[in-house]
Amino acid sequence: MSLKSTVPFKGTKEQEQQLKAIIEAEKNNKGCLIPIMQKAQNIYGYLPIEVQKIIAEGLSISLQEVYGVSTFYSFFSLYPKGEYQISVCLGTACYVKGSGDVFEKLQQVLGIKDGECTADGKFSISACRCIGACGLAPVMTINGDVYGRLTPNEVEGILAKY
Amino acid sequence: MKSLAELQAIKDKTNQELGTVEKRVLVGMATCGIAAGASPVYDVLANGVQGDLAKTVSVKQTGCVGICQYEPVVEIYEGDKRTTYVKMTAEKAQKVLEDHIKNGKVVYEYTIGANN
Amino acid sequence: MTCSNDKMVAGASLNETEFFKKQTRVALRNCGVIDPCNINEYIARDGYAALGKVLTEMSSEDVIQTLLDSGLRGRGGAGFPTGLKWKFAAANADDQKYVCCNADEGDPGAFMDRSVLEGDPHVVLEAMAIAGYAIGATQGYIYVRAEYPVAVERLQLAIKQAREYGLLGKNIFESGFDFDIDLRLGAGAFVCGEETALMTSIEGKRGEPHPRPPFPAKSGLFKKPTILNNVETWANIPQIILNGADWFAGMGTEKSKGTKVFALGGKIKNTGLVEIPMGTPLREVVEEIGGGIPGGKKFKAAQTGGPSGGCIPAQHFDVAIDYDNLIAIGSMMGSGGLIVMDEDNCMVDIAKFFLEFTVDESCGKCTPCRVGTRRLLEMLDKITKGQGTMQDLEEMKELCLYIKANSLCGLGQTAPNPVLSTLNYFYDEYVAHVKDKRCPAGVCKDLLSFTIDKDKCIGCGLCARNCPVNCISQTDYVAPGHKLASYVIDSSKCIKCGACMANCKVGAISKK
Repeated sequence: MSLKSTVPFKGTKEQEQQLKAIIEAEKNNKGCLIPIMQKAQNIYGYLPIEVQKIIAEGLSISLQEVYGVSTFYSFFSLYPKGEYQISVCLGTACYVKGSGDVFEKLQQVLGIKDGECTADGKFSISACRCIGACGLAPVMTINGDVYGRLTPNEVEGILAKY
Repeated sequence: MKSLAELQAIKDKTNQELGTVEKRVLVGMATCGIAAGASPVYDVLANGVQGDLAKTVSVKQTGCVGICQYEPVVEIYEGDKRTTYVKMTAEKAQKVLEDHIKNGKVVYEYTIGANN
Repeated sequence: MTCSNDKMVAGASLNETEFFKKQTRVALRNCGVIDPCNINEYIARDGYAALGKVLTEMSSEDVIQTLLDSGLRGRGGAGFPTGLKWKFAAANADDQKYVCCNADEGDPGAFMDRSVLEGDPHVVLEAMAIAGYAIGATQGYIYVRAEYPVAVERLQLAIKQAREYGLLGKNIFESGFDFDIDLRLGAGAFVCGEETALMTSIEGKRGEPHPRPPFPAKSGLFKKPTILNNVETWANIPQIILNGADWFAGMGTEKSKGTKVFALGGKIKNTGLVEIPMGTPLREVVEEIGGGIPGGKKFKAAQTGGPSGGCIPAQHFDVAIDYDNLIAIGSMMGSGGLIVMDEDNCMVDIAKFFLEFTVDESCGKCTPCRVGTRRLLEMLDKITKGQGTMQDLEEMKELCLYIKANSLCGLGQTAPNPVLSTLNYFYDEYVAHVKDKRCPAGVCKDLLSFTIDKDKCIGCGLCARNCPVNCISQTDYVAPGHKLASYVIDSSKCIKCGACMANCKVGAISKK
């Protein structure tokens, strides 16, 4: 079902060099760990354990410390995301207008749960908290495209576009 | 910044520049506006106001004016007169450009008064 | 200069709407008016004049006294007097102090801070520099959600412009005062809106809160004296300096001065961002500014304060909105989300929604919050499934009070509020779920049953074709005036997805 840990790490030498340059440039700044991890996730798309090891070594801190941070914040993903990342807003304004039903329908149609990715790597879904488009509630986004005033019936038609 | 006088000079110069513009066109481009489709609207207006027209009309992006369900919003200020266009699209923007911005005729059916 | 060839068209301007007329814009004064990417436009609207005034004419004591006199209280939720916070930090001598901005707006359904950051980023920078001067700090940090890319981009640009103009950096206005600001991106943890957790996160660690005292004014970021204010609080400060404490104190109620921004959402006609003087009645906000509830539905409750707040029922519809009044009726100001609910919203479901949020966001450091909120959610889940008992209701209340009293930080201390306030005001609805196994609002799926009105059904079969579990079949009853036999739902197989109801063209299917 889900890709999760079954995907092997495919980092390149260039990516590693890029990351090491960032660590070098930032390592003397106070509180630099989180900014470095954010940049690392921009490079790799996620933060597999291999990348966390490079960061820990570069900053001369333990891997536990890096892992402790990466698992604390929902922004960091330990698993790769789908080619198309779907976020459904479950902020209060969207929720009272029925975004919970839209989210359920998506999970049903794609056969995956919150935070997972389809087996072909095409779609991943996640719930998010208020993207600030409350006038369009309920809202979901697919790689930055915004779909507003949704009903569960529209879900399949929208997915078919991708 | 060295002194209050220097700050005042920037303020005066900017106000003078803003004063020479006959029509100030503002496109609401906070996250909510962009999500509702403000970018193509802005492009139509910004691309349409070129050359001589750009001497008397300015097209700017601005933040959120607070009327979420009417996004995308375009406002045109002419001195004290304020016109609020709501639920804009690229096509509607084209008409506002031709009728209101170029010819001074308010396109009433796209304003907030007609969509309330 | 005005175009003379055009007469005013009635109603063509936002100025003429009830939505706009009833507002007083202080924090939002530049939003939707200036180009946020152009520092000159901010300066043209008196931008940085307050910083100039402070650095050339006022002592740090003057600045703090002005804030104290203004009565400004923190807009992030708890409402602590801003001037007092600054006074404490100023009194603690140290070689390094910090000024922080909380832009980790995490309440689901609230976006006031985002609008200020995107529409008027310089106001935050200017106010932070004023605070730096007042307490003796040279470095500021803005902690902003990574989920707000537009806000981040505009803040970065604003900082760059302010540095180029020498409004951030060394020797600002040749006063000998140095101040600079850096951004730190949040990484999606609601608890980081709590001040000690936020500072731990800026330090690059897991954003867990820690006990106070010591308060941040004594030992905050990197163990140095620190003040933290929220975006909306900052947005008020330059105006207070320029117009004076009396001007600000002239707005609002006795103990809540000035204005408050609300993100109005949910079942309301005019969704949007509104800024109103403190003390405005809730009814006025919902009915006049918000334009009321669409579809002729009845007002049921307004939720303020997000996951930390509560639901205000119709009986308190006339409450004058200020910090103390909202606390008194079991809710709180919070950061400014105001979600309107109508008769179609189930209050047990809403309480469960907020508890799901808190369970998800509890950092896990202290037991009352980590375990307590999870137990609460389990009880709510039981109730929405029709398996709850009256004893559960009693125990739930007791557990709520225990969590409130014993949690480490604000997140846990306020997490039970949505449950307590709905238990208090909508007890009947809980009882209906428990005793009658019924959800009066028709939301809780396990308690619903779908039925087809055999006399309205035209026998088209759309419902049966759309049923994912094939539990709808045709009967041999043909209603008078119809040609085809009606359909019936086998409720023992029904999964309550609602597809039949959504597809029925004649409205013959209802849920109860």
